[in-house]
Amino acid sequence: MKKGLRNWRLFSLFGMMALLLAGCGKPFLSTLQPAGEVADMQYSLMLLSTSIMVLVIVVVAIIFVYVVIRFRRRKGEENKIPKQVEGSHKLEIIWTVIPIILLLILAVPTVLTTFKLADVKAMNDKDRDKKGTVVVNVRANLYWWEFEYPDYGIITSQDLVVPTNEKVYFNLIASDVKHSFWIPAVGGKMDTNTDNKNQFWLVFDQKATDKAGGVFYGKCAELCGPSHALMDFKVRPLPRDQFDAWVKKMQNAKKPVVTDPVAKQGEAIFNKSCIGCHAVTPLDKRPEQARTAPNLANFGDRQRIAGILEHNEENLKKWLRDPESVKPGNKMTGTYGKLSEEQIDALAKYLMSLKVE
Amino acid sequence: MSTIARKKGVGAVLWDYLTTVDHKKIAHLYLIAGGFFFLLGGLEALLIRIQLVKPNNDFLVGGLYNEVLTMHGTTMIFLAAMPLLFAFMNAVVPLQIGARDVAFPFLNALGFWMFFFGGLFLNCSWFLGGAPDAGWTSYASLALDSKAHHGIDFYTLGLQISGFGTIMGAINFLVTIINMRAPGMTFMRMPMFTWATFVTSALILFAFPPLTVGLIFMMMDRLFGGNFFNPAAGGNTIIWEHLFWVFGHPEVYILILPSFGIFSEIFATFSRKRLFGYSSMVFATVLIAFFGFMVWAHHMFTVGMGPIANAIFAVATMAIAVPTGVKIFNWLFTMWGGSIKFTTPMYYAVAFIPSFVMGGVTGVMLSAAAADYQYHDSYFVVAHFHYVIVGGVVFALLAGTHYWWPKMFGRMLNETLGKITFWLFFIGFHLTFFIQHFLGLTGMPRRVFTYLPNQGWETGNFVSTVGAFFMAIATVILLINIVITTVKGEKVPGDAWGDGRTLEWAIASPPPVYNFAQTPLVRGLDAFWLEKMEGKKELTPAEPLGDIHMPNSSFLPFIISFGLFVAAFGFTYHNDAGWGLPVGILGLLITFGSMFLRSVIDDHGFHIHKEEVLELEKKGANA
Repeated sequence: MKKGLRNWRLFSLFGMMALLLAGCGKPFLSTLQPAGEVADMQYSLMLLSTSIMVLVIVVVAIIFVYVVIRFRRRKGEENKIPKQVEGSHKLEIIWTVIPIILLLILAVPTVLTTFKLADVKAMNDKDRDKKGTVVVNVRANLYWWEFEYPDYGIITSQDLVVPTNEKVYFNLIASDVKHSFWIPAVGGKMDTNTDNKNQFWLVFDQKATDKAGGVFYGKCAELCGPSHALMDFKVRPLPRDQFDAWVKKMQNAKKPVVTDPVAKQGEAIFNKSCIGCHAVTPLDKRPEQARTAPNLANFGDRQRIAGILEHNEENLKKWLRDPESVKPGNKMTGTYGKLSEEQIDALAKYLMSLKVE
Repeated sequence: MSTIARKKGVGAVLWDYLTTVDHKKIAHLYLIAGGFFFLLGGLEALLIRIQLVKPNNDFLVGGLYNEVLTMHGTTMIFLAAMPLLFAFMNAVVPLQIGARDVAFPFLNALGFWMFFFGGLFLNCSWFLGGAPDAGWTSYASLALDSKAHHGIDFYTLGLQISGFGTIMGAINFLVTIINMRAPGMTFMRMPMFTWATFVTSALILFAFPPLTVGLIFMMMDRLFGGNFFNPAAGGNTIIWEHLFWVFGHPEVYILILPSFGIFSEIFATFSRKRLFGYSSMVFATVLIAFFGFMVWAHHMFTVGMGPIANAIFAVATMAIAVPTGVKIFNWLFTMWGGSIKFTTPMYYAVAFIPSFVMGGVTGVMLSAAAADYQYHDSYFVVAHFHYVIVGGVVFALLAGTHYWWPKMFGRMLNETLGKITFWLFFIGFHLTFFIQHFLGLTGMPRRVFTYLPNQGWETGNFVSTVGAFFMAIATVILLINIVITTVKGEKVPGDAWGDGRTLEWAIASPPPVYNFAQTPLVRGLDAFWLEKMEGKKELTPAEPLGDIHMPNSSFLPFIISFGLFVAAFGFTYHNDAGWGLPVGILGLLITFGSMFLRSVIDDHGFHIHKEEVLELEKKGANA
């Protein structure tokens, strides 16, 4: 009975906190509105630690307020000499032992969760079902993201497409400086190092995806240069059947066929100035060192221009005209000479026509 | 001040400070230089907050923002907080242990000038192409990629030079505290601030070498063709992170332990009670320092060290909360049953408890590795460490300034202005940083120069910027207070607050050049308080009055440090210009030449004769 009461108290404290925090932030971006198993586990740990810590704060606050009010030096006490107390073993033991117990309560789930989140055995299993466990190679670059699906042989950039309600595994690496891969609503981050490959997994919940409007925001979380703040990416989780359909389309997307005459003109410019870095087919066979710019195969389907601007031709032209003004320090500035307005129009038309869906 | 110093021109005063080896004057130097860098770092903070006041702002964009951000952190940690703490250590510790000076006065001056020239060199980068721009942590891959200007070289060389100074200061305090305590001052009778200084110095001694190693590696990589951090040549960038944080985490305790020491003095003084649980306070301090070396990797949970390392470092980090909690409760129970007088320093001390507890509990939250994957490198972390460093260290610096100002300068800072400063700073601080917890939890990464609208971060950032201006106004009022006090402040007796407990309050304010005419005999904790309780006004002397041996002033510390300053310029530019190498060598010649001079010139110091001491003491008593 007593234990039940205690549980109930803890539960109500939890409930209060959850209610308080859930109002915070956007469903596509906030860690407080977890959208998958990983974020869920982390959120529970956050709630547990916050509850314990609120308890500590309350105890300190009560003593604090009492002491500061009760023991202030009042008029007429100018010469009062309080008793010089050395200490109290009993009290000191109490405030050593109780925190230790509180920390143990936190330490156990912390350790368990840490191990659970690091469990990537399934992706490294030689005999794994390649259709069943999706693995994505994430490569972070100044200031864009490449997503390679090694089992499907396709590559895309900036917009990550994943199936919902299942574990998705990631290999993470950076090609220039250290970055960090973070989708706040879906789960905690992991660094993309330049030295070694990191691995972790995430789950994208279908209901939460619907609530977030179908797209989650991804961020670079490690200072990586002038445009660190602008190194966003987007995540588009799809139900498994739609994901499979998307993969099929990507695999079948060979060379883009352009019919519009202006776009055709754009294609010519692209083939002269851009194709050295940018591929326009998802089946880019070049080694990763040669893939120095985002794959543009499904550019027309993307969420944003350069990861940050709203996806329309006007912004694309702005980006092509002067990339430096949009993303300072980017690697595209100055690589293709000066384009005339007409050429930019043609190029924009062509790029917007690159679609697989 | 002594008769000699009374009627001197500006030039003579300047020369006096350039050559001084007196710990009290070196404290002034640390206070002035540290204060200057504090204002600079504060200005940089304001620029950051102005840029972030609204989404898509274009006040401070991209690379320039990163420079300001890097310099804000580097300046505040290395050039403001630490030197300001060193100011109080220098001003107070020799007095608290009943010593006439530190063990190595020459080294003390050298330490200051090293720090000063290192800091100056670092800030010269602003005028020479650009400041360092890889964050105060300067992670290797980004630092090596920063090739547009020499910013990072100013960082590696500047911090090496100022690091020499810091480590010299630490060794000096260790030797001083071990060897120069007055008779009867056993270790367990040392005031808490002296204890904190002692433990902090040990921390510096062990924490700075890893940083120096890291900085030398990086300097090699950038300037001398090294490959320590080049994965293609067998190097590894993660090593930098380890080296940096093996230093970086103890650094946090290097800042906070002396702050704890300052607050311990203030709580006891203004509660008129001895520190509750003194022995457990000492033990907790040592324990925090010890644990401090075993938790560095909690800054690297997301690096990919694997679950075993993450779990171990998570639990070790949680353990630090225990001794820290012990301290909080001891302070509360120092006030319990006391007679609390709410002076300006006590305002800061009282406000410190809830503020620091906030920073402490978010620290425990961050230690939960799996949850840290969410907090890491988000504004939650920014909020956390500002709660610790501003709510802990800066509050302590402001408290210490008001508390020891009368001891250092003989005049009381205006209490009304002091309290106005406090309220503005306190409100501004919470306004700025509390809301940043939520910015981080709702997905805002740290170190971003801008953010797009419609991500739910507009209000939080606006409030945060408003708070920063409160703190700025508070700082301006403090400066006004200092000016007014210097011009026409009320002169104070030795025991300026009337409730002084430790030895520094037993001698004149400011103390005479030799501190104690006769070395005192210490009969317990809070030595001066014990004497006062027995109705005495002075300490019991442990020796007869005699001639006092003093060290000579010297200009060499300045020259030695200046040589390194010159050498650093030379080596920074040795790949770009022909003059680089010769200038670098010239600088080293200046440094080693002056060190040689120091070694061969006999300097026996001088004596202040008994009669002179008697005369000075009489004047001090009348002042």
